[in-house]
Amino acid sequence: MEAHIRFHNLTVRYGAKPALRDISLEIPRRRILGIIGPANAGKTTLLKCINRTIDFVPSASVGGRVEVDGQDVFRIRNVYRLRRRIGMVFPLPVGLPLSVYENVAYAPRRAGVRDRAELDELVEKCLRQAMLWDEVKDRLDLLGTKLSGGQQQRLTLARALSHRPEILCLDEFSIAIDPVTTMKIEDILRELKNEMTIVLVTNLVQQARRLADRTAFVSDSRLIEVDETETIFTRPANRLTERYVNGDFG
Amino acid sequence: MASEPETPAAAAANQFAATPLEQWKIVKETIAKTVFLAMTLVLVAPLVGILAILLVKAWPALSLAFVLENPKHYMTQGGIWAPLVGTFFLVLGSLLAAAPVGVLAGVYLNEYARDNWFTRIINLAVVNLAGVPSIVHALFGVGAFVLAANMGRSLMAACCTLAVMTLPVIITSTREALASVPMSFREACWNLGATRWQTIRTIVLPNSISGILTGVILQVSRAAGETAPILFTGAVFFVPVADHGWESFFPYGPGDRCMALSMHLFTLVTQVSGVSDETQYGTAVVLIGLVLVVNSLSIGLRGYLRSQKRW
Repeated sequence: MEAHIRFHNLTVRYGAKPALRDISLEIPRRRILGIIGPANAGKTTLLKCINRTIDFVPSASVGGRVEVDGQDVFRIRNVYRLRRRIGMVFPLPVGLPLSVYENVAYAPRRAGVRDRAELDELVEKCLRQAMLWDEVKDRLDLLGTKLSGGQQQRLTLARALSHRPEILCLDEFSIAIDPVTTMKIEDILRELKNEMTIVLVTNLVQQARRLADRTAFVSDSRLIEVDETETIFTRPANRLTERYVNGDFG
Repeated sequence: MASEPETPAAAAANQFAATPLEQWKIVKETIAKTVFLAMTLVLVAPLVGILAILLVKAWPALSLAFVLENPKHYMTQGGIWAPLVGTFFLVLGSLLAAAPVGVLAGVYLNEYARDNWFTRIINLAVVNLAGVPSIVHALFGVGAFVLAANMGRSLMAACCTLAVMTLPVIITSTREALASVPMSFREACWNLGATRWQTIRTIVLPNSISGILTGVILQVSRAAGETAPILFTGAVFFVPVADHGWESFFPYGPGDRCMALSMHLFTLVTQVSGVSDETQYGTAVVLIGLVLVVNSLSIGLRGYLRSQKRW
């Protein structure tokens, strides 16, 4: 299996405090990689390194390499191009202070899409994929910030899909979404896998088990173990992994 | 009475009776409220008092003619048109110079600058500049604009001096307005591949413009009221000015010396004998009125823009 994203001895520190220690990991193309682990293990930092938003954390220092399609992301000059290939959903839903429509059209517009029909189509498609279309189709000019928390989270997902990314990073995407809608989105993620590589950070161990092809267990800023999801959940190599997936600590 | 059984209603009422500790809590609450209210009144009383005295004393002089006529007979008669126009152009000129520089510098410092020794020195300079007394700004203006830049004592030099004085406050208020836009909005844009400038233009500025404008407009009243910075750099006691026609609206060129309300008031009170009290108080009322009108406009504008705010 060809690796889409590859971490080579990635180390990240916030000031003196290590956030990731010597992570080496390959994420295969058009598969779902689940990342599980207790709070403060470094899961979100890992995602921030992929699209290099770690640059915006002033105290962060990064060692090692992250490759996307064989390119070291920390050497890419046009980082905006890189970010446009990656969709990112963070746990705290942020509706931009724009209309629902403009929230989803934001990235395509910045990338130069001007054609109204093309935008309309794209916005509808992304909102449908995020299971939000039916709730907002009659009020696309409503402010994104006025939606409920769960709706804003799905709006964030729609926005992340709006630039047709090759990589979709989801950080606790379902935290504020009801279980039924979560299941529907999970179905859509299984379809999206045919188009893109998905990195799914989740605190819901069972969500990783349902969705992920491979699962990585991260704890205390180290990668403890990565393997086929079935193996991680049934015959993990590490005692710590076994305790975590069985709910003994975390 | 302890032996008497309580009725259910009395028992229910008893539940909410205050214990001594709670009574003391209520007393403290009352004291706190009274003290805060008293301080507020102490703050408002002098302002109302000053306005009332000024208005009463100035009342006989106040008329449209007072505002529209030029000073006459060594300023003992006539109105305040020439200094009023002078103040208008001083304020306008200083804002035209200070607002773009201040706002853009504020955007740089808040949105682009990293936290390093260079930024810290600039921040320190801005804070200290805001604390410099206006008479020191005046002397700086003489050295920098009147002499070194060879502007001479002129409207232009006075505007530049006022601009330097208002700049640090405009920078600071711009930064505060920008900082009030949640960081998460910026991060969401960056995650979508937007550049910093795209983020600033589409999200940050539209949501902080009310604060930025308020900061700028508040400097109008400051620039209008200051005497010291214009004293040595461009304002004079008296300039003969056309009484009628368009020339009376544009009496001063950028290189001319000009009159100004604050300076005019200072002159009337200390330098000229035989000026009636009404004229002096009338001038003060117009100056204060000007400041109040501008401040109210800025508050109104801020209110309007806040109502447009989107989160």
